[in-house]
Amino acid sequence: MLRFLLAKLLYLVPTFIGITIVAFGFVRVLPGDPVLLMAGERGISPERHAELSAQLGYDRPFLVQYLDFLGRLFHGDLGTSLVTKKPVLGEFLALFPATVELAVCAILIATLVGVPVGVIAAIKRGSLFDQISMTGALVGFSMPIFWWGLLLIIFFSGTLGWTPVSGRISLLYYFDNVTGFMLIDSLLSGQEGAFASAVSHLILPSVVLATIPLAVIARQTRSAMLEVMGEDYVRTARAKGLTQRRVVSVHALRNAMIPVITTIGLQVGVLMAGAILTETIFSWPGIGKWMIDSISRRDYPVVQSGLLMIAAIVMIVNLIVDLTYGLINPRIRHK
Amino acid sequence: MYRLVRRLAAVSALALCAAAPVSAKTFIYCSEASPEGFDPAPYTAGTTFDASAHPIFSKLVQFKKGTTEVIPDLAESWDISEDGLEITFHLRQGVKWQSNDAFSPSRDFNADDVIFSFDRQGNADNPWHAYLPGMTYEYFSAMEMGDLIASMEKIDDYTVKFTLTRPEAPFMANLAMPFASIVSAEYADALADAGTTEDFNNKPIGTGPFSFVAYQKDAVIRYKKNADYYGEAPKIDDLVFAITPDASVRLQKLKAGECHLMPYPSPADLADIKSDPNLKLDSQPGLNVAYLAYNTTVPPFDNPKVRKALNMAMNKQAIIDAVFQGAGQVAKNPIPPTMWSYNDAIEDDPYDPEAAKAMLAEEGVEGLKMQIWAMPVQRPYMPNARRTAELMQADFAEIGVEVEIVSYEWGEYLKKSTDPSREGAVILGWTGDNGDPDNFLAVLLSCAATGDGGSNRAQWCDDEFSDLITRAKQVQDQAERTKLYEEAQVVFKDQAPWATIAHSTQYVPMRANVEGFVMSPLGDFTFETVDITE
Repeated sequence: MLRFLLAKLLYLVPTFIGITIVAFGFVRVLPGDPVLLMAGERGISPERHAELSAQLGYDRPFLVQYLDFLGRLFHGDLGTSLVTKKPVLGEFLALFPATVELAVCAILIATLVGVPVGVIAAIKRGSLFDQISMTGALVGFSMPIFWWGLLLIIFFSGTLGWTPVSGRISLLYYFDNVTGFMLIDSLLSGQEGAFASAVSHLILPSVVLATIPLAVIARQTRSAMLEVMGEDYVRTARAKGLTQRRVVSVHALRNAMIPVITTIGLQVGVLMAGAILTETIFSWPGIGKWMIDSISRRDYPVVQSGLLMIAAIVMIVNLIVDLTYGLINPRIRHK
Repeated sequence: MYRLVRRLAAVSALALCAAAPVSAKTFIYCSEASPEGFDPAPYTAGTTFDASAHPIFSKLVQFKKGTTEVIPDLAESWDISEDGLEITFHLRQGVKWQSNDAFSPSRDFNADDVIFSFDRQGNADNPWHAYLPGMTYEYFSAMEMGDLIASMEKIDDYTVKFTLTRPEAPFMANLAMPFASIVSAEYADALADAGTTEDFNNKPIGTGPFSFVAYQKDAVIRYKKNADYYGEAPKIDDLVFAITPDASVRLQKLKAGECHLMPYPSPADLADIKSDPNLKLDSQPGLNVAYLAYNTTVPPFDNPKVRKALNMAMNKQAIIDAVFQGAGQVAKNPIPPTMWSYNDAIEDDPYDPEAAKAMLAEEGVEGLKMQIWAMPVQRPYMPNARRTAELMQADFAEIGVEVEIVSYEWGEYLKKSTDPSREGAVILGWTGDNGDPDNFLAVLLSCAATGDGGSNRAQWCDDEFSDLITRAKQVQDQAERTKLYEEAQVVFKDQAPWATIAHSTQYVPMRANVEGFVMSPLGDFTFETVDITE
């Protein structure tokens, strides 16, 4: 198992270096630069432009800038935002818990609903439930997030008045952030009703963010289950006279879970992409919205370091997923 | 499912109970973006000033509410020398600085604070010039304050004398701008001693109507009423900014009572807002202009008659109706009608495609092909540049001019449009900074602003026009300045370096129980006068 882990970790090194190049290069190949955007309609003289670029170090050759970036990175310095003039790491850490809270809720909803739906649809293949749920999954998968979020807000918050429109908690509650996770902080604050307010604010954005992963997980679970249900060992289990419940839960589901877990792991990337839109609609102060703002302002340090952090997180999650296979299926870790 | 619905309802009911009114009056503003920081001097965004300069700080002079008239603030009065070079400010006494956990002021506001506030922006040797990495003072340099201020002298604790390098009438208006906010020299010293200089930007201390309480990045800013404020006390106890970037979501929040007032509604939502009995809508013509700038150095656009002919082919009212959805008015001058010195006697070029066609033929222009540049972004003065360009394309086709519409990424657009050899006409606009006509006419149309990187996108340099606006800048008497600017507008109309398109209208939706909000022609959002009635 240790060798398996080491091999996986070693594999991450070139990937990580590749990502630093992509993250660094990406924002620089975009047309426009931060100085131009800051000057706006007023314009900026070529001399002043050169002066400011030099002050920011953007007049140096690409490679020199990149090596400088790498050097700082290895010292734990992610740079300073050009807009807020604050350290990127500090901003990331302040916003990251909000995204994690949202993403965890979304993936929980997607998994807890998606897996059972997929299993039932597979067992009752061709039934009305199968047809409705799989059509629903197709619709969910194709859902434009922005439109969907707004629609839910208008219906549940506007027309029915059940949930708040946006934000993380009612503005009437005010307490210091201890963990950055609103569900935990609201409990710690001891203020009456704070936790309920935080939960009610979390419902719509998590449902919106969960929509696409839910659809993907349900469809993946169904097809994996169908494949496994046709295997010899499942027929053998049936032949032994095991109950349907035991055949499904022990023999079929466990084997069907491997591709499903891969899919869930891959959804982390999808969640990060969905978070950008979800956070913007629901005024959710997380890293998705932060990245979008930074890209539109060409805030180079934030974009490059932010991309890097997000990529690193996706890599770590995928590593954990790889390790999980090992736990589920011993054959993989011995390969 | 039924149980889920019941649980949802229970949770929302709890949230509603929690939202029951508390005794303190809390006003919630759904702002559209996060502030860049809280020190007003190094930043340029209006949202930053709404969150910092306006609630927390005061300036030497201010704009009278709802106007661009400059009136006293921290300076109770001022004397201007005969030659216009020396301005002596007499400062208000007994103005208390705010305090926070780390700082309690030992003295009132005085002349040292005034000198510190400007010196740190212009003097690179001031230790507070660059207390954050990569700091610059773009407004200070854009308004040429560094070139303009020769020296500042403290006569006594409550008297400061500014000496200028040249007479400059708009100087007083510059001092009412957010970048000229007065910051505390004593607070700066205290932070320097404590080694926490970044708190100058994170935990601002001012003399304004509200004091800063807390900022949770990208989510909420909290302020409380400044009990020691020297002006009229705010009517609300707490002010909260709920940062809500999407306009449709802001409107939903306003409707749900989650905030009291919001900026920048979508034009498409205006009818809905007007019909909602819980909401009301204030409106006012914005201090802005949208224009199409020809490159007056490239033939055939170097011929004023060709430019005039194109202007006559443009159906501007159709653009107002289709693109602005009525939320604007046709522009005939480069400055908006709410600005002093606006020359209403000028008649706009009539919309007359036949005459325009004849005029082009007269000038020997046939089979003209041109580019129109459409901005890729929405701005307060222009809701949809692409659509505007398409309407112009159709209008120009009627007089036999073939238009190709081009666009670039916003940063590139801003840069390429200043290129003196640029092909084609550019759609762009401007929103006033300080209400002075100089801020439009000199910035956008002076000879000094031509050339690469300049803001004169027409590359138009007219001696008569330049002479008029230069003289207008040097005399102090407003009646005389008005006359000069009126004449300059006549020259502009005659030479037609732009097609003036529109002045957009600003709308501010709010809850029906909000009283006392005053719209600012400069687009500022300030809340010291607002109140919430039952």
